[in-house]
Amino acid sequence: MSIEIIVRAEFEQVAREHDKVLGRLTNEMALLESGLDSLCFAIIVARLEDRLGLDPFTAAEDVYFPRTLGDFIQFYKDAGAA
Amino acid sequence: MLLARQQSVVLAGMGRVLDADLSGAQVLLRTSDQLFAALALIELDGVAARIVIAPPDVKHEHLSAAIVRAAVDVVVGDDPVVACEGVRFEKVHLPAEGPAIATSRKSEWVLFTSGTTGAPKMVAHSLDGLGGAIQPGAARDTVWGTFYDVRRYGGLQVLLRALLGQASLILSDAGESVADFLSRLGRHGVTHLTGTPSHWRRALMSPSNAAIAPRYVRLSGEIADQAILDSLKARFPDAAIGHAYASTEAGVGFEVTDGLEGFPASFIGQSGPVEMKIVDGVMHVRSPRAASEYVGGGELKEDGWINTGDMVELRGNRFHFTGRVGGIINVGGLKINPEEVEAVINGHPGVALSRVFGRKSPITGAIVIADVVLTDAANDNATFRQAILDACRERLPAFKVPAMLRFVPALELTAGGKLARARDRGHA
Repeated sequence: MSIEIIVRAEFEQVAREHDKVLGRLTNEMALLESGLDSLCFAIIVARLEDRLGLDPFTAAEDVYFPRTLGDFIQFYKDAGAA
Repeated sequence: MLLARQQSVVLAGMGRVLDADLSGAQVLLRTSDQLFAALALIELDGVAARIVIAPPDVKHEHLSAAIVRAAVDVVVGDDPVVACEGVRFEKVHLPAEGPAIATSRKSEWVLFTSGTTGAPKMVAHSLDGLGGAIQPGAARDTVWGTFYDVRRYGGLQVLLRALLGQASLILSDAGESVADFLSRLGRHGVTHLTGTPSHWRRALMSPSNAAIAPRYVRLSGEIADQAILDSLKARFPDAAIGHAYASTEAGVGFEVTDGLEGFPASFIGQSGPVEMKIVDGVMHVRSPRAASEYVGGGELKEDGWINTGDMVELRGNRFHFTGRVGGIINVGGLKINPEEVEAVINGHPGVALSRVFGRKSPITGAIVIADVVLTDAANDNATFRQAILDACRERLPAFKVPAMLRFVPALELTAGGKLARARDRGHA
């Protein structure tokens, strides 16, 4: 399964478990308007670390939070390639 | 008194177990099993000036440091392999004929504390202080058993109770399974059994608990939540169930026997040898049963008071233990006590035990995770997970509800029988 598919799956799963209504998961979707709160993002990041062995947020030297879903997916793809 | 371990039953106090006369010595007691430790303690008390009791899991480098800090001049053990370089060694053997030694002094009993990081500290007790909470005069047929190791405070209390009450004591064995130990306890007819709430949760999970019928069940060392008290009452309806508040540093504070978690508000400020006060939500104790000092330096008391590090919260007429000061999980400034969340999870039917901890998060600082052991593996599914989380949402503020909950087959206990938490790793 590709990183992209896994990331999208986790967004949907966490939204479901926390009764959040997700916007359409396009690459342009702004994360701050996704319907998910910071706790949801924290859970997504933790579960992606468990599934992919990647946590680009902790690994990054600069403080960076992706703006869109596309940015988020790319952030993980870049970490996976590194 | 009779001491029973897996392979042997010994009558203690009959004959000598050491060949040398160690009057006035500073002893480190280091045995490979509890039976010999108990035999040596009985003989050395009143003879040696100081007895440092080493629990089995103390790391070698910490032991060397302890020998220096406690000015030990002889190591007493059951096997030369436990001897320490440069220090005289005396071997403990099974009781044999020998001249009695005069007990002419009040020996200092030094115990290791179950500290959190780095080298464990040692505290000094007197036998009077150690035995302070013990009411003499047990019934004739009392048979004590304990999940604890007698080389730690909780287990030592049981050893002293058995000695003072002239009762038998069944010792645990390091390599023995919970099931085998319970069967052995049953065969010996254990009447009084003690352990931590975690010990008891494990015992309740073993079908072999059908082998025992204690009339006195005692818990200490960890917060006894309502779930474990209720489970024990259901399993042993005829037993008196008590949970004690005690620590190696502060000694035995009190025992609660009303079947409810926490303790009555009236305990604070009541007259008695043990004084307690709550400062900023933390329990402080001043007591003749407390250790006198840290051996080798360090501030144990302030004006006689010991800061226990245990947090309490008043709800109505009852104080509830909410956790350890050092164990707080901080999620974006909001504080969570793992024990408080565990108490809610443990209260859910189908949960055997749980461990709540913080996991670092680059987004919120930390998130709350729960590892849960089920009583029935059939519940290992998403529906049951949601049910537990819903119960948490009902009883806890949202930020305390675990962000992730996993089912695990077992949870690790420390050598002292307490739930092993991340902060426990890397210490003796």
